[in-house]
Amino acid sequence: MQLTSRFRFSAAHRLDAVELTPVQNRELYGKCNNPHGHGHDYVLDVTVEGPPDVSGLVARRAALDTLVREAVIQKLDHRFLNKDVAEFASAVPTTENLATVIRDYLKAAWTLPAKLVRVTIAETDRNTFVWEAGK
Amino acid sequence: MLLTRKAEFSASHVCARPDWTREQNEAVYGNNANPNGHGHNYLFEVTLEGETDPVTGMVFDLRELKDIINNEVVEPMDHRHLNLEVPPFDHVVPTTENIAIEIWRRLDPKLRRPHARLKNVRVFEASDLFVDYGGPDATH
Repeated sequence: MQLTSRFRFSAAHRLDAVELTPVQNRELYGKCNNPHGHGHDYVLDVTVEGPPDVSGLVARRAALDTLVREAVIQKLDHRFLNKDVAEFASAVPTTENLATVIRDYLKAAWTLPAKLVRVTIAETDRNTFVWEAGK
Repeated sequence: MLLTRKAEFSASHVCARPDWTREQNEAVYGNNANPNGHGHNYLFEVTLEGETDPVTGMVFDLRELKDIINNEVVEPMDHRHLNLEVPPFDHVVPTTENIAIEIWRRLDPKLRRPHARLKNVRVFEASDLFVDYGGPDATH
C-alpha cells in the first residue's frame, strides 16, 4: 500500500550553467536565465510504501509531516535556491536537480518504517518531475 | 488501458484501538481519536485495467461501473458512522488505509471480467493526502 502526502514551498532560483557562455545560457534557459532570478510555488508529493501496521496506518501522519517539514520544507521554503541552499552553489536549480536534492534530504533524514518510493515535484502545474525508487 | 472513476461518500468515524489507552490512541491517531467521532467527505478513485472491447470501444461499461460502486460502497457508507454502522469497522480501525482495503474487498469480486479487472483504489483522507491500494497480491 502507498501513502502520498502533498507539501508546498515557495522559492526563487536562476538557471545558469557555469560551463556555458552567457549567450548559450540565455538561449538554453530563456527567461529562467534572468540575472536577478524569479520564483515558483513548488508542489511536492512524497510517497511512502509498506503494509499498514497494527494501528492500520502505513505511516503516522504527524511523523511523516514533521520529517518532511524539517528535512525539506524548512531548508527550501522562502529561499533563493542558488544563494541560500548549499547544493545549488554548484548544481543548476532545475526541477530535475531539485527532485534529486529533495530525495537525498529525505533519505538522509528517513526514520519511518515505510519505504520512501517516490518524490514528485511540480514547478508549475504544467511541469512535473518524478523520482521513483529502483528506476 | 486504464479507466478511473471518481466517487464520494460522507461519513463519520473514530480512529482508536479499544486495547489502547486514550493517550496511546491520541499519540498515534491525533485528533482522529476523538471518542465522539468526526466526519469526512471521502473522495475515492477506482481504477480498472483492461483491454478495449473491439465492438463497444469500451474497457468497462461506465454505467454498470457506477452502479456497482454505488451499490457496494457509496450506499452502504454514505452518511453513516463507519464504526457503528459499517462492518468490519466495528472491529477494524477505519483508517484511510483500512477503508481502501475494504473498498477493494467489496469491489474486486464484482468487477472481474474476462478482459478487465480492478487495478487500484485511491482514497483521499484530505486534498493533500491519499492512499493507493492495489489489492493483496500487488507489489505495493
